[in-house]
Amino acid sequence: MLEFMEGSHAVAEIVKRCRPQVIAAYPITPQTHIVEDLAQMVANCEIDAEYITVESEFSALSACLGASAAGSRVYSATTSQGLALMFEVCFNAAGMRQPIVMTIANRSLGAPLSIWNDQQDSISLRDSGWLQFYAEDNQETVDLHMIAYKVCEDHDILLPAFVCFDGFILSHTYEPVAIPTQEEVDAYLPAFNPYQRLDAENPLSFGMYATPEYYMEFRYEVDRAQQRAKDAFIKAGREFGEQFGRDYSALVEGYRLEDADTALVAMGSICGTAKDAIDEMRDAGKKVGLLKIRTFRPFPAQEIAAALSGVSTVAVLDKNISLGSGGAVGTEVKAALYGSGISVYDYIIALGGRDVRKRDIAAVVDLAEKGEGDMFYGLRTEVL
Amino acid sequence: MRELRIHGRGGQGSVTAAELIAYAAFEGGVFSQAFPAFGVERRGAPVQAFVRFSDEKIRLRSQVYEPDYIIVQDPTLIGDVDVFNGMSTGGIAIINTEKPDFDSRVPEGVKVYTIDATTIALEELGVPITNTTLMGAFAAATGEIGLEPLKNALRRRFSGSMADKNIKAAERAYNQIGGAA
Repeated sequence: MLEFMEGSHAVAEIVKRCRPQVIAAYPITPQTHIVEDLAQMVANCEIDAEYITVESEFSALSACLGASAAGSRVYSATTSQGLALMFEVCFNAAGMRQPIVMTIANRSLGAPLSIWNDQQDSISLRDSGWLQFYAEDNQETVDLHMIAYKVCEDHDILLPAFVCFDGFILSHTYEPVAIPTQEEVDAYLPAFNPYQRLDAENPLSFGMYATPEYYMEFRYEVDRAQQRAKDAFIKAGREFGEQFGRDYSALVEGYRLEDADTALVAMGSICGTAKDAIDEMRDAGKKVGLLKIRTFRPFPAQEIAAALSGVSTVAVLDKNISLGSGGAVGTEVKAALYGSGISVYDYIIALGGRDVRKRDIAAVVDLAEKGEGDMFYGLRTEVL
Repeated sequence: MRELRIHGRGGQGSVTAAELIAYAAFEGGVFSQAFPAFGVERRGAPVQAFVRFSDEKIRLRSQVYEPDYIIVQDPTLIGDVDVFNGMSTGGIAIINTEKPDFDSRVPEGVKVYTIDATTIALEELGVPITNTTLMGAFAAATGEIGLEPLKNALRRRFSGSMADKNIKAAERAYNQIGGAA
C-alpha cells in the first residue's frame, strides 16, 4: 500500500523493519531526518536496538564496526564531510569483512562548503571495498536497504554497503512509497547470522597486522567478494521481485534502449528526469535511451557493454569529478566499452546541487551527437 | 502533470503547505510530489516550495520553472522576486494581500485570486502564519484538492484545537474564493 511520506522518513521506517541491533550515527545535513527519526524510534522502544550517540562520524562508524564484529546487525547513515571523516574506518570495515549497511544522503564535498547534492562523497570511497547501490526514487531507496542487508550478510560476500540516495532531491521529497510490513521484511530478511563474532570464550582478532607475505591475499579476497556480489545482488533482487513485485535482478536497467542510437548513462535521481526528457525526445523523433547503473560497486562492466552494444554514441552524466582526470562513471564506462567503436562522452553535471532540467538532458544529447564532450556541462562562463 | 510553486519567506510554512497540499492530493487519488527549493534556511528570506500532481507516477526531479499555479504568501515578495516567472495562459495565482490592486505585471491569461489571508490567520489562529489559510484558497481556486482531503491533511499535521483552528481558517478562505472562482 502506498503511503505519502518524506524520503528520509521512509528510510527510517525500512531500517526499523530490518531490525538493526546497534545504530550509531552523527547528524549531518541532509541525512539528519533519518537519524532523528531512528533515535526517536529507539527512545519509543519501537526498535530493540542500542542507539549509540557519538561525537563524530569517525566514532559512529567505529562503534558500528565493533558492534558488527561482536555479532550485531548494525546501521549508520551519513553524507559528505561526515563520510570523509569515516574514510579510515570505511577501509577497515571492508577489510575486516563486516556487513554494515549505511545510507548515504549524497552531498557535495567542501571546499567551498556546500550542503547540496552531488555524488562526490560516495564516489570518493569507490576504492574502499564497500558495495555501492544508487537509487532513482524513494521506493528504490527503501527496497535497496533490504537487498543490501541480504547481500552484505551473505557468507559468500561479507562486505559493507552504501545505499546512496540523492540528498534533498530524494531525502527531503515527499512522495508515495510502499513500506513493507514487519512480517514481510522478516520473511525476506532472516535474522543476522554472523560468520564469525568476537567471543571471550573463543578469542578472535579482526584487522590484524599483515606482513607483505599476506597483505595482497587479503585485498584479493575483498576484490573476489566484490565480484561475487554481482550474482548475490541479482539473486537477492530476483527474490525481492518474487515477494514484492518490484524486480531488482539487474545491476543496470535500460529505458527505451532497444533501438536507440544514443544512450545516456547515469546513476540516481537524475535518471527520473532523464526518462521524462527521453520521452519528449522520442516524441520528436530522436532515438535516445537511458542506461541506469544501480550498482557502482561492484561495477557491472560486462552488463554495461552488453546493454550498450547496439548504440553508436554514449553520453555519461557524472555528478562527481576526479579532479585532474574526469568523471568517475564516465572513466569506467569508457573502459567497459574499450574497443567497441562506440563514441563515449562524459559530462560533469549538477555539482553542488545545480538543478538539472529536461532541456539540460536534451542539450547533453545534442552535444554528444555533435561529438562534443568530456566537459563540464552548464558552466556559468560569466563568473569564470 | 500540473505544477505548483509556493513563494514565501522563511518561517511562513511554505514547505509545510507544499507537503500538506501534496498529501491531500494523494489522498484524493493522484500521484503527487512535494519538495522545497533547498536554500539556506533563514527566517524572513525568500523561499520556494513545489508540488507536482499527476495521474501517473512522477519521475521528474527538477525544480518548477513553468508553474500552472503559484501561491504567494507574502505580498512584499512581489517586486523582490518575479513570482509570475514562467506562468502562461490558463495559470492560476493565489496571492495573499490586503490590496487587490497590487502593483505587478501579470502574464496574459493568468487568473489572479487575491485574499487577505493574514487577517484570516490572525483572527482564527492568532498568528500571521498564512499557509493553511492559503491552502483553502488553493483548493477552491484550482480544484486540485478537495476540502475533505485538505481537512484530513491538516488533522494529520495538527492535533486538537490547533487542527480545528487551521481547518476553520482554510474553510474561510475556501468559501471566500469559492464565490469568486
